[in-house]
Amino acid sequence: MHIVVCMKQVPDSAQIRVHPVTNTIMRQGVPTIINPYDLFALEEALRLRDVIGGEVTVLTMGPPMAEESLRKALTFGADRAVLLTDRFFAGSDTLATSFALAAALTKIGEEFGVPPIVFTGKQTIDGDTAQVGPGIAKRLGFNQLTYVARIVDLAPEVGTITVERRAEGGVQVLSTRLPVLITMLEGVNEIRRGTLEDAFRASRAKIVTWNAADAGITDMTKCGLRGSPTIVKKIFSPPPRAEAAQLIATIDQSYDAIAASVMSEIFKSQPALEDDLMRFSAGP
Amino acid sequence: MIKERFDAIVVGAGPSGNAAAYTMAKEGLKVLQLERGEYSGSKNVQGAILYANALEKIIPDFRDDAPLERHVIEQRLWTMDDTSYVGMHYRSQDFNEERPNRYTIIRAQFDKWFSRKVREAGAVLLCETTVQELLRDSRGKVIGVRTDRGDGTVFADVVVLAEGVNGLIGQRSGLRAEVRTDSVALAVKEMHFLPREVIESRFNLKGNEGVVIEAMGTITAGMTGTAFLYTNQESISVGIGCIVADFEGSGQTPYGLLEAFKNHPSIKPLLENSECKEYAAHLIPEGGYNAMPELYGDGWIVVGDAGQFVNAVHREGSNLAMTTGRLAGETIVWLKRRKEIASKANLSEYRRRLDETFVMKDLKKYKNIPAFLHGTRQVFGVYPQLLSRAAQTWFRVDGTDKLSKEKEILKSFRKARTMPGLIGDAFKLVRAWR
Ligand SMILES: Cc1cc2nc3c(=O)[nH]c(=O)nc-3n(C[C@H](O)[C@H](O)[C@H](O)COP(=O)(O)OP(=O)(O)OC[C@H]3O[C@@H](n4cnc5c(N)ncnc54)[C@H](O)[C@@H]3O)c2cc1C
Ligand SMILES: Cc1cc2nc3c(=O)[nH]c(=O)nc-3n(C[C@H](O)[C@H](O)[C@H](O)COP(=O)(O)OP(=O)(O)OC[C@H]3O[C@@H](n4cnc5c(N)ncnc54)[C@H](O)[C@@H]3O)c2cc1C
Repeated sequence: MHIVVCMKQVPDSAQIRVHPVTNTIMRQGVPTIINPYDLFALEEALRLRDVIGGEVTVLTMGPPMAEESLRKALTFGADRAVLLTDRFFAGSDTLATSFALAAALTKIGEEFGVPPIVFTGKQTIDGDTAQVGPGIAKRLGFNQLTYVARIVDLAPEVGTITVERRAEGGVQVLSTRLPVLITMLEGVNEIRRGTLEDAFRASRAKIVTWNAADAGITDMTKCGLRGSPTIVKKIFSPPPRAEAAQLIATIDQSYDAIAASVMSEIFKSQPALEDDLMRFSAGP
Repeated sequence: MIKERFDAIVVGAGPSGNAAAYTMAKEGLKVLQLERGEYSGSKNVQGAILYANALEKIIPDFRDDAPLERHVIEQRLWTMDDTSYVGMHYRSQDFNEERPNRYTIIRAQFDKWFSRKVREAGAVLLCETTVQELLRDSRGKVIGVRTDRGDGTVFADVVVLAEGVNGLIGQRSGLRAEVRTDSVALAVKEMHFLPREVIESRFNLKGNEGVVIEAMGTITAGMTGTAFLYTNQESISVGIGCIVADFEGSGQTPYGLLEAFKNHPSIKPLLENSECKEYAAHLIPEGGYNAMPELYGDGWIVVGDAGQFVNAVHREGSNLAMTTGRLAGETIVWLKRRKEIASKANLSEYRRRLDETFVMKDLKKYKNIPAFLHGTRQVFGVYPQLLSRAAQTWFRVDGTDKLSKEKEILKSFRKARTMPGLIGDAFKLVRAWR
């Protein structure tokens, strides 16, 4: 079975810096990573492949440097990588993103075999909308299973799939017919480490790279900024919740000494607390 | 197991591994480079000085696209006590030359750039792949490596150990002893962000000019070590390091020393209003010539920090790393061209080439310095204080005549350290330096 996993390259939010002066996000020099949620989707796809056979293709829409993420997906064990890149895609919102990805998925079907299962992550860590997966499903006319925690059963010969879906009230067990789009929940598996052979293959693999025309897209008004009705009005960084940290060091490394020094620092800024504690420890 | 065979496997993608891999790949050898980190530079301490000469010999036109921060036009050497510094500053317009000699760089970015060059030259780089042990044939010759990945063995004619200061692979494979705690310094470092204009006005700089400060004195609390401050384009690297053995039982911690250094009245204003964004700790091999392990054997060769190739007195490391990497690479290419195997006898050519360069000449020249510094703690406590007091006595105008001032200064030195002690220290230093 051919399975496609949609993956987005995102800035590593743990390492994003806000420019201390202008307060804008400094993207330059921030390392990029595969959207962490998408790794759960990839691992789930690889597990299905290991059981029923077939191939896993990873698909990304993004700038040329997104190739790095695709190569990484290959070291995890994916069989093929497709990069959809074109300056016409710049500024895509979820509507335009799902349009472009749906077109690429159709093209992938023609070139490498129709995928009965397409995975996405639950959401991204930079856009956070969780709309792209359902958007793709709608455009391709796939059934959709969102927030999937576990694949209970897959019966390719009858064309059905059963999953556990986490919902607010508890766990739902859902069955549907293929083709299906699954958005995978985080924390449900752990991405594998590819073998040395996988690493080699990845370092030499040719990434299939398509522009809009290659993916069979003709209507450019549906792409990028032009195809995006969402307008970002303002971006701002919320004020920090905590004040700047302070280093409290002691020469004496015993726990008592460290605790005493921490407490005395705290009491310095909250003298009332010391009185309260004293009273409390003295008992009634 | 990987069936494909390589001419050389390089363990590590720091400056030494990159230099070796580049040199060999450029000459058409089949090179496999293995790096533990996520990418080249991901494990590396942030700011540093790049010495152009060593890199020029590998990539002559590196200035075209390497990520360089500032070229150094001023060097400040400070001897510090708790409230003062006595400094020697050298600033010259001559350093604003077309091909500057020293640059500040941010290692993570620089290593990434170098790594791209290595791959463009044709080497295969596999990251997040840790070498666990060397494989040997029945006669003991190294023939490949085992990695931590599944089915992870791969073979080559020679293995270049560019694994950095710890030298764990060399150690585990019985090629060398464990690194001694008195031969390595533990350095901690921070990056402080400041707008360009602020850095330029604080340090009196234009455009890409840069300043570096190296300091010693009471800031290391009597331990053998130094502190530094480098200007980058929009940040300042500041750090301090001391010999690991000295920390033991001293009650001092590296970050405690760094905190104190940053709060020194001479440093604090330079960092004011900056935002600290990155903190890193790393070891520096400082044992010098006398601490060097075996550098080559049957099927293996050691380059960079793994071979203790650091000139601690001049804080040169990456240039020695690149030069040793290049020489090892050139030696392997030379053997390959002559269709000779990488036996211990043949690889001795590496040592012969090393001996002809500044690398061995400098390390030999300074071979007694580590022992001198270790045995002469006054350098990091009493002397800086005396120097500062002497300067103060000399500059303070208070009605005392100059001859009395001179006598007072001399007396203060003698009181702190006996005359034979003073002379002895000077004598030891001269001997170590020669
Ligand atoms: C306030 C705001 C401002 C924005 N401003 C801009 C802007 O100025 N310029 C700009 O370019 N973008 C901007 N974006 C980003 C853009 O709208 C979204 O990143 C993009 O449409 C994808 O949506 P998402 O990140 O929310 O993905 P989600 O819907 O959360 O993603 C779900 C899953 O879909 C898949 N997926 C999502 N995107 C891709 C992709 N590109 N390739 C492959 N698979 C994918 C992944 O599997 C992912 O886990 C902005 C987003 C927001 C919320
Ligand atoms: C705080 C500090 C400041 C410094 N400042 C300067 C300076 O200003 N100028 C200067 O010239 N030098 C400076 N140095 C020294 C310089 O950083 C080193 O000399 C230089 O990095 C040595 O290069 P290397 O390639 O030998 O080792 P490294 O740069 O340490 O690279 C070794 C690489 O090998 C990888 N590795 C290790 N083990 C394995 C394994 N088993 N499998 C796979 N990969 C492995 C590591 O991840 C690492 O990437 C400084 C050092 C420190 C700590």
